[in-house]
Amino acid sequence: MLTRVSRRTLFAFLGPAIAALAIVGIAPLLYAVWKSLHYFNLTKIAQSRFVGLDNYGAVLTDPVFWQAMGRTALLFAIAVPVQIALGLMIALVLHRPGLTFWKTLARLSLVLPMATTYAVVGLLAQVMLNQKYGVINQMLGWMGVDPINFIGDPTNAFIAVVMWDIWQWTPFVALVLLAGLSTVPPEIEEAAQLETKSNWTVLRHVQLPFLIPSLVAVLILRTADTLKLFDMPFTMTRGGPGSATEFIAVLIERVGNRQFDIGMAAAQSIIMLAITIVLARLYIRVFYREVR
Amino acid sequence: MAAPLQRRSLWGEAMILILIGLFCVFPFYWMVTTSLKTQIVALESPPVWWFTPTLANYWEVLFVDKVGPALINSIIVAVCTTALAVGLGTPAAYALARFEFRGKTDLWFWFITNRFVSPVVLAFPVFLISRELGLRDTHLALILMYLTFTLPIVIWICTDQFRSIPRELDEAAMLEGASQWRIFRSICLPLAMPGVAVSSILSFIFSWNELLFAYILAPKAAKTAPAMAVTFMEGYDVPYGKIMATSTLIVVPVLIFALLASKHLVRGLTMGAVK
Repeated sequence: MLTRVSRRTLFAFLGPAIAALAIVGIAPLLYAVWKSLHYFNLTKIAQSRFVGLDNYGAVLTDPVFWQAMGRTALLFAIAVPVQIALGLMIALVLHRPGLTFWKTLARLSLVLPMATTYAVVGLLAQVMLNQKYGVINQMLGWMGVDPINFIGDPTNAFIAVVMWDIWQWTPFVALVLLAGLSTVPPEIEEAAQLETKSNWTVLRHVQLPFLIPSLVAVLILRTADTLKLFDMPFTMTRGGPGSATEFIAVLIERVGNRQFDIGMAAAQSIIMLAITIVLARLYIRVFYREVR
Repeated sequence: MAAPLQRRSLWGEAMILILIGLFCVFPFYWMVTTSLKTQIVALESPPVWWFTPTLANYWEVLFVDKVGPALINSIIVAVCTTALAVGLGTPAAYALARFEFRGKTDLWFWFITNRFVSPVVLAFPVFLISRELGLRDTHLALILMYLTFTLPIVIWICTDQFRSIPRELDEAAMLEGASQWRIFRSICLPLAMPGVAVSSILSFIFSWNELLFAYILAPKAAKTAPAMAVTFMEGYDVPYGKIMATSTLIVVPVLIFALLASKHLVRGLTMGAVK
């Protein structure tokens, strides 16, 4: 039975946290909405004026914005299925009994990529993928592949970002799916393994139903994080060459911080936020249905 | 017949485990070894695997290139925002776990939704506001903005922790006439320390790693280490050894924390969708 308390007690416990989040989370957001209704460029302050929904109209019809959105979606569409496939394989190996010590080591090493400072991940890519001095090209050379200009060529740079995203987040997906696998009741799994020799059948008919919540969690969190993705492409390519790796957050940073057009950047980010909130609500609906 | 087959599959499995480990760890190996190379060795083509290591890059970045002060800024910001998040978040988590009130579900949704808001949405308005208030390039601006992700994490993990504490304890204390605040401070908070520790480690990791707010809000005096690493990329002559030395200095503390909290990292990243 939960306690009912006086309004004052409740306020004393919750007030500070609510006030803090309102100040740092909501106030800037309202200010962003206000600025998005203005022409406001830091280099042309004198020309600032109220323009109503013009910025929104400009963003919604701006091919650059939608190309960046499309690029972000393409990154998601290529990287996430690979992460799920590889992650599932890793999770299945780690889930099998035996070799406990080695599995613990492997699990610990899986924790490293996702904790690594995202900016450093991008810098590492610069160093490892360099056409002349990079170790990845050296390894490709051992397999008889000519050095590839990963950072300087638009298509290759995009591929490089996809590869790096796969490196950083496959372990995360693997650990989430491993947690999902451990929710399968062992008796059911053992019974199924006695029935059939095919691991595939066990996966498809016994384990998969228990993995659905983890898979949905992966999909939606990866969506939100791909929309947020800034540090890694920024430190790796600055969105270039051209705009080949200019994902949505990198674009907004460029418009606001390097073109100083804060009104436009605000409108872009509000539209992106609307998309994010729809996805977040979806996520919360799916996962926290039994909210206490 | 069965035994050799099983042994072979064990070997196969061990190979896969080693591959997984190499896949995860190799970039770190490369980062550390590159940080020990002089620029001449680092720019050898093809790259060399054996060389005489030197600590010159570390000395240079720490004392000449001001990565030292940037690391101190990072520590100040990450520690303060974590302390503030714990101070504000634990009472809120206690209230969510123990009290009955209207609008609880909505409040909880709102806390969790912050996990999804991209920092780029808040960065520019906060940049303008902090300029008006004279908070630009201060630790305080970053400490406050980092609450947008540290506070929800603390609230989520600690709510869960408080729920797991048996209610009989509070009820007994209530019969003795203890106030809610006293029950929280003297009974529940000490018992919730594991949750507080985990959420502190996660807050620290996420604040330490943050780049976008730091890059936009703190260009000079309060510049944090990740933002410092970015500036190395701005010249023509890219100093690989120095970049990797800085990267190593940034990454090593978070990796240690991540290993300490390895069981809970995934929980933190998914805001508890996965236990």
